Amino acid sequence: MTTKPKFPAIELKDLKFWYQPGGWQLAIPKLSLSSGQHLFVRGASGSGKTTLLNLLCGITVPNAGEIWLNGMALHQLSASRRDKLRASEIGVVFQQLNLIPYLSVLDNVLLRAAFARAPAAAMQQRARELLTALGLGDNYWQQKASQLSVGQQQRVAIARALLTQPTLLIADEPTSALDADNRDAFMQVLLSEADKSGTTVIFVSHDSQLQRYFHYQLAMTALEQGVVAC
Amino acid sequence: MLIKLARLSLWNRRGTVLLTLLSLTISLVLLLGIDHIRKEARSSFTNTVSGTDLIVGARSGQLNLLLYSVFRIGNATANVSWATYERISRHPQIAWTIPLSLGDSHRGYRVLGTNQGYFEHFRYASSQQLQFAEGVPFAGVYDAVLGAEVAKRLGYVLGQEIVLAHGIGAVSFSEHKDKPFTVVGILAPTGTPVDQTVHVSLEGIEAIHIDWQQGAPMPGRQVSAEQALEMDLTPKAITAFMVGLNSRMATFVVQRQINEFRGEPLTAILPGVALAELWQMLGMVENMLLLITLLVLVAALVGMMTTLLASMRERQREMAILRAVGASPWYLFWLIQLEVLLLTSVAMLSSAVLLLAALWGVQDYLAANYGLFISLSPFSLQSLYWAGGILAAAALLACVPALVAYRRALTDGLSIRL
Repeated sequence: MTTKPKFPAIELKDLKFWYQPGGWQLAIPKLSLSSGQHLFVRGASGSGKTTLLNLLCGITVPNAGEIWLNGMALHQLSASRRDKLRASEIGVVFQQLNLIPYLSVLDNVLLRAAFARAPAAAMQQRARELLTALGLGDNYWQQKASQLSVGQQQRVAIARALLTQPTLLIADEPTSALDADNRDAFMQVLLSEADKSGTTVIFVSHDSQLQRYFHYQLAMTALEQGVVAC
Repeated sequence: MLIKLARLSLWNRRGTVLLTLLSLTISLVLLLGIDHIRKEARSSFTNTVSGTDLIVGARSGQLNLLLYSVFRIGNATANVSWATYERISRHPQIAWTIPLSLGDSHRGYRVLGTNQGYFEHFRYASSQQLQFAEGVPFAGVYDAVLGAEVAKRLGYVLGQEIVLAHGIGAVSFSEHKDKPFTVVGILAPTGTPVDQTVHVSLEGIEAIHIDWQQGAPMPGRQVSAEQALEMDLTPKAITAFMVGLNSRMATFVVQRQINEFRGEPLTAILPGVALAELWQMLGMVENMLLLITLLVLVAALVGMMTTLLASMRERQREMAILRAVGASPWYLFWLIQLEVLLLTSVAMLSSAVLLLAALWGVQDYLAANYGLFISLSPFSLQSLYWAGGILAAAALLACVPALVAYRRALTDGLSIRL
């Protein structure tokens, strides 16, 4: 796949975020990942993972510092621009319940295309290819999302996250509902499909066993104290 | 996509959605139906009499006079003597008069004693003359002309013999059995009290009472039907009479002259004015009814809002997923709004269909039992305003769950609270 060479996929500079001034704060002095570099973020619940995810997705903006996504200043864009950017440039995979239960598998994947304003025919084609590559053949496409197993649902979530070949894929404990076999299979397809799309994966989990799939690691506990990470 | 999502999301929650739809539909049918029947009743009511310039009776209130002379409701306090009637009929400004003599009945239907002038001059609705469905006006003393409803309900045909009863109860113990009447004519339906009236000649009324005194048969004095024909059947008194003037301009002058008539205390009323006054009194009830149905609608809309608000909890996941794939908070706001508008539109459509079906079903019943003729077209330009208003109210109320969705989108972000 083509890579996006000019800029780092994601770059944080002197990022600071707090809910109340003087209270708990999240601080990341510097974090930079180029295209295809995957990062494992380890932290127990309550360590600010969700806050970091919301920041990376452009749902919230930092109180101070900069977030650059593929050369675009996420911290300076308006809320609606950030929403549009998320549709095309950032994929998200949740812990579980990633799919809208009353939509078909294919529609769940294509949900993204509607917001990304991408050409429909090309997206249809890519959705089918992705699903097939993830082991969900055409007999699954018209099934209701709620009829799939948890492992299958998580794979559909990968397909949706990668549909628009985004710069960044953020996964929030996506394997916590899976058993060991499924988990390893999931990790493999996630990373290999991300590589094919030239997408950088930021993977958040408390399960340190999964660290072995990643070159870069970040411990959330370190961030709490405002310590330089990467 | 927005529409597809709204549609499928509603379908996914079809249990509660259908109940909401049902309550909305019922309240809309109530509202539209009552509004329609209200309008139809008003026009039916104000159409009961037209073309008559004055109604004259013994001195009483104008509503009382209107009620017994036009609607056959209640009784006259006193009669008008025949001499007075004749004298006033000769007034140079008066073109025609219709004498009305009430007090008898036939199986619950009022009997009206009058003359041929009734069929010639009486008008209802927009100046429509009485039409005969069958037969001819009465000519003989013992001839009767039936209103449409009387004939239909009692199954009477031309040539049938009927016996009149004294007084106005449905069951009477004193009947004029010795002098039966023959049906010679049946009127076409009018949607007015005429349909519920048995018409006979004044002479007929006089004949059946010739051997009566003070409301009871005179003991020891029997006059047979044939004997009565030989006697003088000029009535001694009538209940009221309708007046048509040569010129409308003279209405108030003639009214004052009758009201100030020296020979006998009389009241002359303008039927149009009295009808309007009566309708104003009924209008209170009518407006209350409309208000109540409006409140029922508001309750249904609030119910819908409550259901949506409750569903917001189970839909957090849906909202977070949509946010994750790039939906803006406003998108979620409009998604909820669209769902409400879809629901309300479907409810309006189904209520329109239901109302039409219901009207079609009860039309004959209302006409047969209440003489109320309702049209099958309950929709007018005003219905469009109603529809617009209802949609606006629904959209306004939907702002509550929609804003909840919007706010949650901003505060919760991508986290799903389970």
